[in-house]
Amino acid sequence: MVLSDQPKLAYAFIAREVALMKRYWLWEIVWIVYGAVTSLSVAYIGLAAPAISGGQVDEAAVRRFVLYLLVGTIAWRFLGLVFENIAEIIAWERWEGTIEYTFMAPVPRLTHLAGMCGGTIVRALVISLTTLGAVALFVPVDLSRANTLSALGLLAVGTVAFIGLGIGSACFPLLWTEKGLQMAYIVQAVVLLVSGVYYPTTVLPGALQALSVISPATYVIEGMRRALLDGADLASLWPFVWPALLIGALSIPVGLRLFVWAERFAKRTGRLKRSG
Amino acid sequence: MALDLRQAPRPPSQEVSGHALVARGVAKSFRGKKTIRAVDGVSLHVRRGEIYGLLGANGSGKSTLIRMFSTLLSPDSGDVRVFGHDIAAEELAVKRLINRVSVEASFFKKLSAMENLIYAGRLYGQTGSEARARARTILRRLGIADDRFDEPLEKLSRGMQQKVAIARAFLTAPMLLLLDEPTTGLDIRSKREVQTFVRDLRDGHDATILLTTHDLDEAERLSDRIGILHGGRLVAEGSADELAAQHGGADLEAVFMTVTGRRLEDADTPEDRAR
Repeated sequence: MVLSDQPKLAYAFIAREVALMKRYWLWEIVWIVYGAVTSLSVAYIGLAAPAISGGQVDEAAVRRFVLYLLVGTIAWRFLGLVFENIAEIIAWERWEGTIEYTFMAPVPRLTHLAGMCGGTIVRALVISLTTLGAVALFVPVDLSRANTLSALGLLAVGTVAFIGLGIGSACFPLLWTEKGLQMAYIVQAVVLLVSGVYYPTTVLPGALQALSVISPATYVIEGMRRALLDGADLASLWPFVWPALLIGALSIPVGLRLFVWAERFAKRTGRLKRSG
Repeated sequence: MALDLRQAPRPPSQEVSGHALVARGVAKSFRGKKTIRAVDGVSLHVRRGEIYGLLGANGSGKSTLIRMFSTLLSPDSGDVRVFGHDIAAEELAVKRLINRVSVEASFFKKLSAMENLIYAGRLYGQTGSEARARARTILRRLGIADDRFDEPLEKLSRGMQQKVAIARAFLTAPMLLLLDEPTTGLDIRSKREVQTFVRDLRDGHDATILLTTHDLDEAERLSDRIGILHGGRLVAEGSADELAAQHGGADLEAVFMTVTGRRLEDADTPEDRAR
């Protein structure tokens, strides 16, 4: 097969992911409801800021605080889904029992992973946009000053970086069949903690602040806040764009290299099978 | 209904020679608390167009060998060539020529037979509509009713799931089909249907089949030549008649006992199963 065949091969994975979404529709609704409820809960914490703090907080500040929190929770919903879906590539197929057939197929690994990333983005978009729609029904969102294009641009850059992190973390279940996925979830949890999803990273202790520097979400979410709260354009967001771009430019080749190495290791040690 | 495998894309034929598969000195060990030598210097060849049966007890190394031939497991030593392609150095070329049916049906459980087959066809370069048309033909040929095509796989019986697994392998028109205990766990009727289909495939089409089994009757019924694996080693090889003549047994069961020192059913020891 030649280069021109690769999009068709990659599409196999996108179509499969869409078919799985349809068949698991009830679970997808669960994730949407869960996401919406989480986002709403966070938004209500913002709305309750005056009552919780016991002080005077003016209405504009409350609106800004709510949007600040919502940007974090919705962006994290999207990026977290991208990370999770890709990190679960191996574990999911092992659970379904299809891993041997996918890895036996004459599809270059790069094409396989590109297809899975395509399917992942489709799923993350559907879930995140539905969650956003559901949240907007309950919480007034002030986007009068927002620069939506800049925010979407940053999210796109962040997606690339999270794809790299996800591919790197997908190696864990290849290396440790029983506990690999748990390790990937721990990586995700740490990224959530250090990336300033719900608060500025400046409130973190020194060691965690150091970790926040290498998390792409730190730059993406802070940049998105400036775009959506203050209307910042992409040029002025460059200090947030370039680190996320750099992390993406490094994490994807490193993640791919790790994945290929982990696949070879799994083939040597007999781990490339359904039951681990 | 005839099944025309030639509708599917075929690999270039320049590599096709007299042998579909040649393995030389293949060995594989697994390290754990105790190192297990699952395959111990196996050399064999499978001629183009033949059905080669690998007979052995559970844990004799059959599945390990098949997994190495399927590119899912790397041999520690030795080399394997499929239609002249080295499985390590030319992995993608080998993958285009083979397919495998394993003892477990291994599907996306919530997807239907048709959705699973279309996905499989796409992985081998077919379009969705090509794969759908071919899948429909093969499923019908295997006796699966049209109204079951779109049901989630998890709702089909074990026998039907195994037939869909066989359909998946045939869908891609492999030059070398690796059948790893394809009838284990099937009822007698399904077993006979699968065996008939395997024979039809060999007789009517240009397919080479490597079949592993621990069923003496199946090995004798289907195979042109049989290799007996014991303790990871190939201890005897030949047609059923040749084996009987060489080892003085009246039947395959007697041959198995002569060359391994055990009856087939007694050979499934816990140590064997650990392989």
